[in-house]
Amino acid sequence: MYLNANNISFAYKKNKPILKNISISIPDNKVIGLMGDSGSGKSTLCKVITGYIENYTGTVTLDREVINNKGYHPAQLIFQHPEKTMNPKWKMHKVLEESWNPPQELMDTFGLKDNWLGRWPNELSGGELQRFSILRALNPNTKFIIADEISTMLDAVTQVQIWDALLDYCKHNKIGILAVSHDKELLDVIADDIILFDDINKL
Amino acid sequence: MSKVGFLNPLNSMNLRQKTILLIAVIILVLVTIFLSSYSIDTSTMVTNFMARNQAPSFEHLFGTDWLGRDMFTRTIKGLGLSIMIGAIASILSSIVAMIMAFLSSINKYGDTLMAWLIDFFSSIPHLLLLIMISICLGKGAIGVIIGVAFTHWTSLARVLRVEIKEINTSEYVNLARRLGKGNLWVAKEHILPLVVTQIIVGTLLIFPHAIMHEASITFLGFGLSPHEPAIGIILSESMSYLTMGDWWLAFFPGAALLIVVLLFDILGEQIEKLLDPTKAQK
Repeated sequence: MYLNANNISFAYKKNKPILKNISISIPDNKVIGLMGDSGSGKSTLCKVITGYIENYTGTVTLDREVINNKGYHPAQLIFQHPEKTMNPKWKMHKVLEESWNPPQELMDTFGLKDNWLGRWPNELSGGELQRFSILRALNPNTKFIIADEISTMLDAVTQVQIWDALLDYCKHNKIGILAVSHDKELLDVIADDIILFDDINKL
Repeated sequence: MSKVGFLNPLNSMNLRQKTILLIAVIILVLVTIFLSSYSIDTSTMVTNFMARNQAPSFEHLFGTDWLGRDMFTRTIKGLGLSIMIGAIASILSSIVAMIMAFLSSINKYGDTLMAWLIDFFSSIPHLLLLIMISICLGKGAIGVIIGVAFTHWTSLARVLRVEIKEINTSEYVNLARRLGKGNLWVAKEHILPLVVTQIIVGTLLIFPHAIMHEASITFLGFGLSPHEPAIGIILSESMSYLTMGDWWLAFFPGAALLIVVLLFDILGEQIEKLLDPTKAQK
């Protein structure tokens, strides 16, 4: 199964396009790395692929079928800052349950402690919250994970633990990954292919 | 010093307990006033020419007027009426605010229209619009209630509109939609729990305005009819007797009205503190 973005163009402001005819294809058995300068449109592309931005031109398809943005989106985006993606008045178990109820073993492999489930988002650190947002995205309906700088704010040990768990789960469940990062060393380790995303405004 | 502090139960309470105590006391006072206005002995309110224009005494706490009616009874009756009109008007007003905020959250055009309506209504002086609506509806309690309801929804509607907009465009709602959640889920699970505080506090804070405006348009003669024991009526009647030195006719009812209004204001602030602890830090 392939997740395809075909001829994507998008502009936040008129006449200042940030994405110009971008095409990208992600297979479900690989990890694709995406590297590029700040402001080059990496995150914007991620948002287009996962349905957060709707007024773009071009198509996003799963194999040949155009994705319906009303239902569960097969490509789930994980953000760099997890705290913004959680309702501040919800306890963590409700945040997870909005997507699904992950099995206990899976929570353990991500190092998620049981007593965190009864806490509020502002009582957990960024790294702890990021485990929740990754786990939330691993709903059985997810076919692709778009990871937008998900480990930038984590320490080296946590980074290894989380990526190990995520890569392992995705391999077993045939979930393709698009990993966006500045960190070339990280991408060298985890990615099968690396795409360099040049600043298209300069072209 | 520490001994005194230890003996004083207020010192051993934390801020939350103090807030709850204050709220309980205020509600008790207001409920007492409201209930006593319906159970009070009205026989002292009838005309009694033997006891005309008496200054305050133990028999007549607030004195009597030129027809010998007990002013204390009339004041309590008036306050009860004020609280009831205030309650209906402020609840109606927040219902209008909720409908307007809901309409503005549907789409861009609805939002533009609502923003324009809010600006339009808040640009007209309250009292002017209130008097016009009240006259159109034939004065009386209904005129006052509808008048207050349709002039006081703007501030709450503005707050709700912004709040809903902020939640609706937040990343966690965006993410919920990508998880396949529909509008109904978002409204029920994300928006409603967050705005319910604003609605409760907003309704309570409209209360004092409603009571004051009811009294002032009644005073001006555009509100309740003269045979009802409203504070506005009492105050406007007392005008002609003030020059004769009957100060108690205006002083006690006016002060009582002010106290009730202040109590509602404090109640609203305290409940806001209780429901939204981040505001209490300020």
